[in-house]
Amino acid sequence: MILKPSLADLKTVGYYLGKIIIGIGMSMLLPLASAAACGELNPAYDFIIAFLICIIIGKFLILLCFSEKNLNWAQGMVVVSLAWLAVSLFGAIPFYLSGHWGSYLDCVFDAMSGFATTGLTLVQDLDHISRAVNLWRHLIMFIGGQGVVVLALSFLVRGSAGAFRMYVGEGRDEKILPNVVETSRFIWIVSIVYFILGTLVLAIVGRLEGMSWLNSFFHGACIFMAAFDTGGFAPQSQNILYYHSLSYEIVTMVIMILGSLNFKLHYTLWLQSKKELTKNIETRAFFMTIMLTFFLVAVGLAKSGVYPGVLGLFRKGFYQLISGHTGTGYQTIYARQFIHEWGDFALAALIVAMGLGGGVCSTTGGIKMLRIGVVFKALYNDVKRIMLPESAVFIEKYHHIKEMILQDRQVRSAMLILLCYLGLYAIGGIIGMLLGYPALEAFFESTSSAANVGLSCGITKASMPALLKLTYIAQMWIGRLEFMSIFTLVGFFAAFVRGK
Amino acid sequence: MKINFIKATRLCGILFLLFAICYLLSAICYAQPAVSSTELIERAKEFAGKEVIYEGEVIGEVMNRGDHSWVNLNDGENAIGIWLDNNLSGIISFCGSYQARGDWLEVRGIFNRACKMHGADLDIHAINVKKTREGKAIRHRLLPEKQKLAIILSGVLLCLLILQFFKRRLSRK
Repeated sequence: MILKPSLADLKTVGYYLGKIIIGIGMSMLLPLASAAACGELNPAYDFIIAFLICIIIGKFLILLCFSEKNLNWAQGMVVVSLAWLAVSLFGAIPFYLSGHWGSYLDCVFDAMSGFATTGLTLVQDLDHISRAVNLWRHLIMFIGGQGVVVLALSFLVRGSAGAFRMYVGEGRDEKILPNVVETSRFIWIVSIVYFILGTLVLAIVGRLEGMSWLNSFFHGACIFMAAFDTGGFAPQSQNILYYHSLSYEIVTMVIMILGSLNFKLHYTLWLQSKKELTKNIETRAFFMTIMLTFFLVAVGLAKSGVYPGVLGLFRKGFYQLISGHTGTGYQTIYARQFIHEWGDFALAALIVAMGLGGGVCSTTGGIKMLRIGVVFKALYNDVKRIMLPESAVFIEKYHHIKEMILQDRQVRSAMLILLCYLGLYAIGGIIGMLLGYPALEAFFESTSSAANVGLSCGITKASMPALLKLTYIAQMWIGRLEFMSIFTLVGFFAAFVRGK
Repeated sequence: MKINFIKATRLCGILFLLFAICYLLSAICYAQPAVSSTELIERAKEFAGKEVIYEGEVIGEVMNRGDHSWVNLNDGENAIGIWLDNNLSGIISFCGSYQARGDWLEVRGIFNRACKMHGADLDIHAINVKKTREGKAIRHRLLPEKQKLAIILSGVLLCLLILQFFKRRLSRK
């Protein structure tokens, strides 16, 4: 028998949702300050309005649903999945008021793309957008990369078992420190330290490449937030191609790779052992898959003969590959060049790289390296079992921060998520094909949105069908939260309708 | 017969002159049309290495790199990077941003699908640049509807805070 959620369940969910909406409203104060500093009056009012709406709705929910109960697993998952929808709806308000988006759906698309660190965009006339709105586009990536719930846990929610349930619901199943609130704060400390360093380096590079100090710092901060959080938004419509700079490309590549590493690995590298980098199953799998997919991309590009010489091939091929594999979505080529010049083979290899993703407990999307490593180990284990005598007993281990024994439970869990992702990539691709797009293009864009990458081959634009926009929004949402909280939300609604 | 030969030669001369004048006039009157950024991206192979005319608004800023500069021109569809001599970039007075509409430039230059000099970027190396439209600073008028909405919302928030205050006092009692 399915139990119908009680009023108390709904109140608990509403209470925490209210807190998270207030958190998003508070984060709008930063672009508001930027608008005030730059004398951008209309954008300043846009952010005042959006801020007030968030605070009003959040306060109203808290007043209406006041609860002192701790969240249980189902409630925690439901709060997280609804929170991500809510922040996209409310985060889209400044976009809509700015007038640079065609419809509210387009604004929600970009807000979800930002929070989920995807990077696909429907913005129009980006080159004339205000600094405040541009900052907000990148800030939502910074918030979303660390996690909307991580933000709330760090500043708004007391440490409790309920907090841990929300933390897990956001697609992070690894605690770095014993307390989940301390873990959230550590994630923010890591990000802010890298933010200061990364912005400084990008600003210096920008200045050396001929930009003004103000622009080099502004672009540096925006690009860092989007690169470290493997997002992919950029302040100008040409994305990274705007800078025409090898140094900028190298620095962003390093930042993208740092962002795709597990926060737990950052912790170990900072405070414990540097050797972890070479021993960890995730970094090993990451290195192997980068090499393999780059080899395939390079073969494809060499076959198509699009780039003159090895240097051009490496600069364009490797950059798009790292950008795709880490789930960032920064481009140094135009979207349609993928279709007209890259050829099917290189494009297919890039789709594979996008689908794989980076480290767990990082800012990337996709299947993720720990799962790939575990599945590969299990496969290797099974082959070895067949080769050895039946009486042989062996234990397969892998290294992830510490030595771990490979268990069937882990393999099953990894396989399940892997299959879910493959299914999600396929659904988007099929819908794209049904709407008249060629198969390869449909699967490219679908994988990019579901794995929260953001590379585009030209399908994503304001004129694309609303059904496809909704499909990609759903894919970005589901892909970012890694299924479990979404399944729980579906179960919660089913119980609400059919439960007794 | 001799007279006829002279007449024929004159006639040929006149015809040749007429042809030459027509050719020169056509070259002056029928200028090469500007290509759009979409055409350049979609038909890059066709245009690679050829001289093209491209027109667009200067966006962002002029990025100086030694004796040359990078300028990005947006024609309303996409922006394309233009590599031009610093002598040519001197005519730019406005770059497109939130605060300004940038100058519109017409660039005649060599189109590169994958530029050997610039790490395989798709770009245009300018030969000649002409300003076709002067940019200008934009004065953004504050929309009064936004002000009114902000005031109304502030009132609603105030009411909610008062409600919260009384609710807390009641719950304490």
